[in-house]
Amino acid sequence: MTSEIRYKTVNKIAGPLLFVERVDNIGYNEMVEITLGNGETRTGQVLDTRKGMAIVQVFGSTTGLDTVNTSVKFRGEIARIPVSDEMIGRVFNGLGEPLDGMSSVVSNEKVEIIGNAINPYSREEPSEFIQTGISTIDGMNTLVRGQKLPIFSGSGLPHNKIAAQIARQAKVLSSSEGFSIVFGAMGITSEEANFFIEEFRKTGSLMRSVLFLNLASSPSMERIILPRVALTAAEYLAYEKDMHVLVILTDMTNYCESLREVSAAREEVPGRRGYPGYMYTDLSTIYERAGKIRGRNGSITQLPILSMPSDDMTHPIPDLTGYITEGQVFVSRELHRRGIYPPINVLPSLSRLMNQGIGKGRTREDHRGVADQLYSAYGRGTDLKSLSAIVGTEALGKEDRLYLNFASLFEEKFVNQGFNEDRTIEKTLDIGWDVLSTLPEREMKRVKREFIERYGKWRK
Amino acid sequence: MGKILRVAGPVVIAEEIENARMYDVVRVGDLGLLGEIIGMEREKATIQVYEDTSGIRPGENIESTGKPLSVVLAPGLLSSIYDGVQRPLDVIRAQGGDFIQRGIYPTPVDMKKKWKFTPTIKKGDKVSPGDIVGIVKETSLIDHRIMVPLGIEGTVETIEDGEFTPLQTVGTVLTKSGIKEIPMGQEWPVRKPRPVKNKLPPEIPLVTGQRVIDSFFPVAKGGTVAVPGPFGSGKTVVQHQLAKWADSEVVVYDGCGERGNEMTEILTTFPELVDPKTGKPIMERTVLIANTSNMPVAAREASIYTGVTIAEYFRDMGYNVAIMADSTSRWAEALREISGRLEEMPGEEGYPAYLGRRIAEFYERSGNATVLSSGNRNGSVTIIGAVSPPGGDTSEPVSQNTLRVTRVFWALDASLAQRRHFPSINWLNSYSLYSQELGNWFNKNVKEDWYSSYQESMSILEKEAELQEVAQLVGYDALPENEKEVLNIAKSLREDFLQQSAFDETDTYCSLKKQYLMLKSILRMDEFEKYAVSKGIAVSELDTLAFKEKLSRFKEVKEESIDAYYESLIKEMETEIKGRVDKQ
Ligand SMILES: Nc1ncnc2c1ncn2[C@@H]1O[C@H](COP(=O)(O)OP(=O)(O)OP(=O)(O)O)[C@@H](O)[C@H]1O
Ligand SMILES: [Mg+2]
Repeated sequence: MTSEIRYKTVNKIAGPLLFVERVDNIGYNEMVEITLGNGETRTGQVLDTRKGMAIVQVFGSTTGLDTVNTSVKFRGEIARIPVSDEMIGRVFNGLGEPLDGMSSVVSNEKVEIIGNAINPYSREEPSEFIQTGISTIDGMNTLVRGQKLPIFSGSGLPHNKIAAQIARQAKVLSSSEGFSIVFGAMGITSEEANFFIEEFRKTGSLMRSVLFLNLASSPSMERIILPRVALTAAEYLAYEKDMHVLVILTDMTNYCESLREVSAAREEVPGRRGYPGYMYTDLSTIYERAGKIRGRNGSITQLPILSMPSDDMTHPIPDLTGYITEGQVFVSRELHRRGIYPPINVLPSLSRLMNQGIGKGRTREDHRGVADQLYSAYGRGTDLKSLSAIVGTEALGKEDRLYLNFASLFEEKFVNQGFNEDRTIEKTLDIGWDVLSTLPEREMKRVKREFIERYGKWRK
Repeated sequence: MGKILRVAGPVVIAEEIENARMYDVVRVGDLGLLGEIIGMEREKATIQVYEDTSGIRPGENIESTGKPLSVVLAPGLLSSIYDGVQRPLDVIRAQGGDFIQRGIYPTPVDMKKKWKFTPTIKKGDKVSPGDIVGIVKETSLIDHRIMVPLGIEGTVETIEDGEFTPLQTVGTVLTKSGIKEIPMGQEWPVRKPRPVKNKLPPEIPLVTGQRVIDSFFPVAKGGTVAVPGPFGSGKTVVQHQLAKWADSEVVVYDGCGERGNEMTEILTTFPELVDPKTGKPIMERTVLIANTSNMPVAAREASIYTGVTIAEYFRDMGYNVAIMADSTSRWAEALREISGRLEEMPGEEGYPAYLGRRIAEFYERSGNATVLSSGNRNGSVTIIGAVSPPGGDTSEPVSQNTLRVTRVFWALDASLAQRRHFPSINWLNSYSLYSQELGNWFNKNVKEDWYSSYQESMSILEKEAELQEVAQLVGYDALPENEKEVLNIAKSLREDFLQQSAFDETDTYCSLKKQYLMLKSILRMDEFEKYAVSKGIAVSELDTLAFKEKLSRFKEVKEESIDAYYESLIKEMETEIKGRVDKQ
């Protein structure tokens, strides 16, 4: 359906939007090629189409666009990228164009980047335990293959280190296959991006990775399309090439900012704090692309990173993300300040798919009980910490003082570990029992009697 | 032939559609996508499209089907999984692969499948709408009762015994206006409530096997519940638990704008779970609707009507039906998104001004009722709606409008969830307006002091909240022993009774009898401890007594041993505490 018609009827430019007039029945979501007066080209997409008019969202910057010389060609098809094995080991921009000086991917297989929803009936329940070697995750917020588990963080916190450590150490115990990595960077600094690339290079996973980079200096509108391009590549690797793909998307906050910008330019009724009312739905079309499909061997595990504006978990970006993803890993400024790495606060963290991945035959029979007991004890300990700040430690009961002490031990021994320390799940659970053993045995209401006897340290 | 004028996401504007009427279904564009007319202005119609509109162009054709959005109500519904407009997702997969393709419209039930129909009436019988004419054994759990459709009244002319496809005629009735056919199933427009003869006050509890619900905040069959809570607080787990264990005969589970994997979880676990009463797989009584967050929003908007219409249909047969809608906030957001695209005047937080009315209309479709028939058959629809307020703050429009019309409120609490106190239903903020009426039922059917035990427990927990404030100021150690004792009992109520693991094989379901005995044992402990404290024993000394552990493990006790366990627990309690006092 590609027509050779170029329209020079741009009537208005508002933010990232072009209003093109006197066009002939353009398709919704159709891809657009925009040529500037000086011959440069940009890519765009149709957001709204009427008789004789189309609103086009430009993915690059709108600098240099005008209403006189700019010409627009509608491609007659919705956005697609070519996919093939050749993508592995390469670096692309947000539109899937090479950034590494090599040629474009050549392939007969061109796939739509706005993927259709996975039929819920086709999904397979994710249940294979991924050992990340990080105790707070493996022990208390277990990640499984096919899960979407974001890292909620803030500026200046070591979320990149945590993500890199996970990418380096992640393994499924029953299989020797490693993860391939699809890395999507949106608006992060080149320093941050280089940190990841260097990490991937060191561990050898770069050869199994595909990188999509849109740095802080790159056009912000490209961020709208980048995660979809990255996930299209990931789906190809997972479902056509049987790979287990770990998708790291960072920073989702920048993605949402771009979304807000488009919405404002369209003069839509804003939802909470100016973000569009459809942001939940929009984000879900990214996050829900994680998963496993029955009868296919590969999988997509997502690890999106987002920084919470002013460390506020109720801000629309983390809030809507949390409502879609299968839990979250919460990075705490307070723990970071006290020098604890990884500064993961387990209390607001959660893995909803944990149950499917743990227990006898998967991790260890006492896993659930130990995790629950650690949660409730640490919860009580931290409550007492704030209480003792008011009334003093002396005013606490004897048992309360034990809990207070427990909370500190837990942070030092269980949470705290090295950037290169790869703990086995047994080791993690063992440390859990060590710290729990500072509490009276009768407090272990969350653990089955037989497990206390088998693994507890009270009578040893 | 109508023509498309404009396409913006799920909303299409078209002109000159022949015989266009509000809420009629239209076929949009060259692909013939499914849509619904939701607004009209002179010759222009606004259409919400149930499928992705990518590639659709102005100028393409559009045509009305002349029918409102309807569901097929016929044998074959149970154990199905549908999208928001009743397309069977298993068939869509078989025809279009693992990713949902556009333009596939299989029939909601298999129209070729033959079902054995056994009549329950005979020639010459008088029948009116709603009367049961026969039975199809749809699953081993549920008889599909075939009913006389609305508008047919007269004398049975013929009635057959044999095998029929879902919409085939099984008999004829001689009415005032001639002979009318009775088909096995029927179609019904989703936005129109199915009528009942009259509504009855809800009086019988929906027994859920969840302690905090049955014992503290019970819901009646035919009642309404709002379950608001921030993300990760346990709304979905509560809904799943109810779908698994509640004693409703039919369950409609509507995953409305939520996660795909949660539907998969149901699909993988339900076929293996058996109903505690009948021993049959619970999937056989369940209808699933899965319009996940990434599926088209207009179909999400429709999904809750699709669900409740199916629920009403089984109610009309005389069943107690429960529908779980997870989450009604996502439905409201779909409404907001469509309204925004229509450029309607926004109300609070961008929601359309009619949000409150729509929410009320939905919950109004619940109820305990004498259903339509010439006899006296009762059925009920209980609606349990999850609400997902932004930031967990329930002062927003969806929560507020929901609370206005629902009678039970389970307030899920993030701080309880963070401490892994599950279900994280906050005992101080939650309420049930059925509490007292149902209390009578429990007193009569379980034990005469059921309701007073609840009241006593609740007052201990309220007292705890007061004392904790004092302890915040002066420190726990400064409290007198009798107040420490109250805190002790409250702690036991929270940990040994209210907390209940959905994932523990035994604890996941707790019978009413067991609930009663567990609560009673804590209240007995209260009596004994009060006595000990009055004799000068310190509360901290009581904590080390052996029966405490036994009490906390009551949860793990299997149903068949609860009586014996209770007896020996109380005996140990008494001996140990009395022993301690005597030693003094
Ligand atoms: N009764 C329970 N027993 C044990 N664990 C529970 C229980 N209820 C909730 N949980 C835990 O809490 C997690 C989150 O619960 P759930 O998915 O129901 O939250 P939600 O309120 O539906 O969140 P969202 O709004 O994001 O969908 C579960 O994955 C589970 O680990
Ligand atoms: Mg949920």
